[in-house]
Amino acid sequence: MNTTPDVLRILPEVILTITGVLIMVIEPSLPAGANRKSMGWLATVGVVAALGASLYQYQLPPGTGFFGFVQTDAFSAFFHVVICGIVLASMLIALDSIGGPTGDLGEYFALLCFGAVGMLLMTSAVELLLVFIGLEISSISTYILAGFRRKSARGPEAALKYFLLGSFATAFFLYGIALVFGATGTTAVYTIAPQLGSSQMPLLAIAGLGMILIGIGFKVSAVPFQVWTPDVYEGAPSPVVALMSTAPKVAAFAVLLRVLYGALPALHTRWVPIVWWLSVLSMTFGNLGALRQKSVKRMLAYSSIAHAGYILAAFTALSPDGVAAASFYTFSYAAMNVGIFAVVSHAGGFDDRLTLIEDYRGLAYRSPLLGAAMAFFLISLIGIPFTGGFFGKFYVFSSTLHAGFVWLTVIGLINSGIAAFYYLRLATAVYSKAPETSPADSVPRPAMSLLFALLLTVAATLILGIVPGRILDMARAGAGTYSSVNPAADANTANR
Amino acid sequence: MHLVLFIIFGGLCVAGALNLLFQRHPINAALSLIVVMSSLAVLYLLLGAEFLAAAQVIVYSGAIMVLFTFVIMLLNAGREDRTHGSKAAYLVGIPGAAALFATLVYIFLSYRTQLGGASIGNYLVTTSDLSRVLFRDLLLPFEVTSVLILVAVLGAVVLARKEH
Repeated sequence: MNTTPDVLRILPEVILTITGVLIMVIEPSLPAGANRKSMGWLATVGVVAALGASLYQYQLPPGTGFFGFVQTDAFSAFFHVVICGIVLASMLIALDSIGGPTGDLGEYFALLCFGAVGMLLMTSAVELLLVFIGLEISSISTYILAGFRRKSARGPEAALKYFLLGSFATAFFLYGIALVFGATGTTAVYTIAPQLGSSQMPLLAIAGLGMILIGIGFKVSAVPFQVWTPDVYEGAPSPVVALMSTAPKVAAFAVLLRVLYGALPALHTRWVPIVWWLSVLSMTFGNLGALRQKSVKRMLAYSSIAHAGYILAAFTALSPDGVAAASFYTFSYAAMNVGIFAVVSHAGGFDDRLTLIEDYRGLAYRSPLLGAAMAFFLISLIGIPFTGGFFGKFYVFSSTLHAGFVWLTVIGLINSGIAAFYYLRLATAVYSKAPETSPADSVPRPAMSLLFALLLTVAATLILGIVPGRILDMARAGAGTYSSVNPAADANTANR
Repeated sequence: MHLVLFIIFGGLCVAGALNLLFQRHPINAALSLIVVMSSLAVLYLLLGAEFLAAAQVIVYSGAIMVLFTFVIMLLNAGREDRTHGSKAAYLVGIPGAAALFATLVYIFLSYRTQLGGASIGNYLVTTSDLSRVLFRDLLLPFEVTSVLILVAVLGAVVLARKEH
């Protein structure tokens, strides 16, 4: 029945691991002072190959491999493509803004490759044990990347904060898995669901669900588990923030979808209210927090908290539409957020010369291209039509409305209005005439790699906003893998 | 007999872990980690996994902890400074931990009649059984863990290297 060789089920992961190891082996053989950007290009080639392999997996017949540990289906392939795209763009961004013959560039790109392996495994694993290992790989490599800029005082501080809170969260996740195992006797996602029905210890499973939600809540920085986000984003190098504000979150959302819809649909009366509150709190606190920020990266950190709230809103819909909307939103969020961090990291350089919103005054006059790109991504983050952000919000809120969550929809729409205010404040700064000397004057010409990254993210945001059909079909096909989701699930009873 | 041994060594394990957190001197912390590891080995033995217990003693209590204490002594790490801790930790952390503990105790107590014993000794008797599980059923997690270790090694190199 299952004739596909196992190795094809993990092909993108294998390619990226080999690329990472190759970089580790080749890098020390380069002469000491030589430019190490070639390592970045090697990594880029590896990621492009992994992207191709993910698209290939989309066409494979769905099935499991390695004794039921991984499952490739439309769902995993969708998230594979999104994550590979993010990693590709963030590599191109890093190639632009890490200048000179920095000694440990090789390690930087190797860590990116290995981190991507962890994230990809999280999306295709259907065994919580493997999900956990993937989560650890992805987390540990992002902790290290966050502290990559050791000369600045903030870099190590950010990394340490991220490491401590992140490990704490992973411990919660692990304990949650243990409790679910205690209740059901299995850690395989798709055997948990039937076992749960006959389990004599439902309370144990509910406690496990709570722990898993806390663990994932930290990873996607949902309120009240968001405290680390602004400090870490401010202290970490911008190209790394482009990655860690999107890729690990996309993977964590995929895990959450698998766990909630694949393993624990029977407990939906418990988790829907919890996710409802997480979503509302994240949207509201994220947007209100962003209003007060003066630093661009802190503002974007709060904005990412708010966007996590929008994505969580779709989880409450309990329908394939909700899963598709959440998947679609993660894609469009990834495209526009990586895009705006491409601009931020080019403007600020690796060591963040431009930090405040004020510093961005006149950027559009200094470099019309960067200014236009930034304004475009801000418009998409607001959710104005013809951008990916608009359709993302549209699908999320139409799915919650269909599920009967009127209040959640109203709160979400009010929040989108609040968000417009701070995004536009940055956009006006970019387009207003600068005083005589502005820090934005020092912005260099973008390198070819940054142009590629911008092209990639702008194109993705535009395609998602103008012709979303194909990608929405992919997301829907992914959502279709959850047979356990009842399309008409409690549309009336869940009304709050 | 089983229960008595479990309570003794389970308690020892938790006490060692708590002591590890509260100790200010790295050597004391490392020594209490040995207590944790050794009592874990006894718990494995109670579950019927002799090989795992032996491996736990040899690898963790033996090799890794020796390395640990050597590194601490070579680095000549001193006492940690005592800080007052943050207010948020006291206001949120302690009630949070207490609530979590109370919930779990409640859940475990309410199921105390149904919670039975477990034994992994029935199907993990010999090393060949163990290797069959490890290298066949758990092949992918086993291999992927090597990537995890690689990342950790790479990270140590990156963070410890002097910047040029």
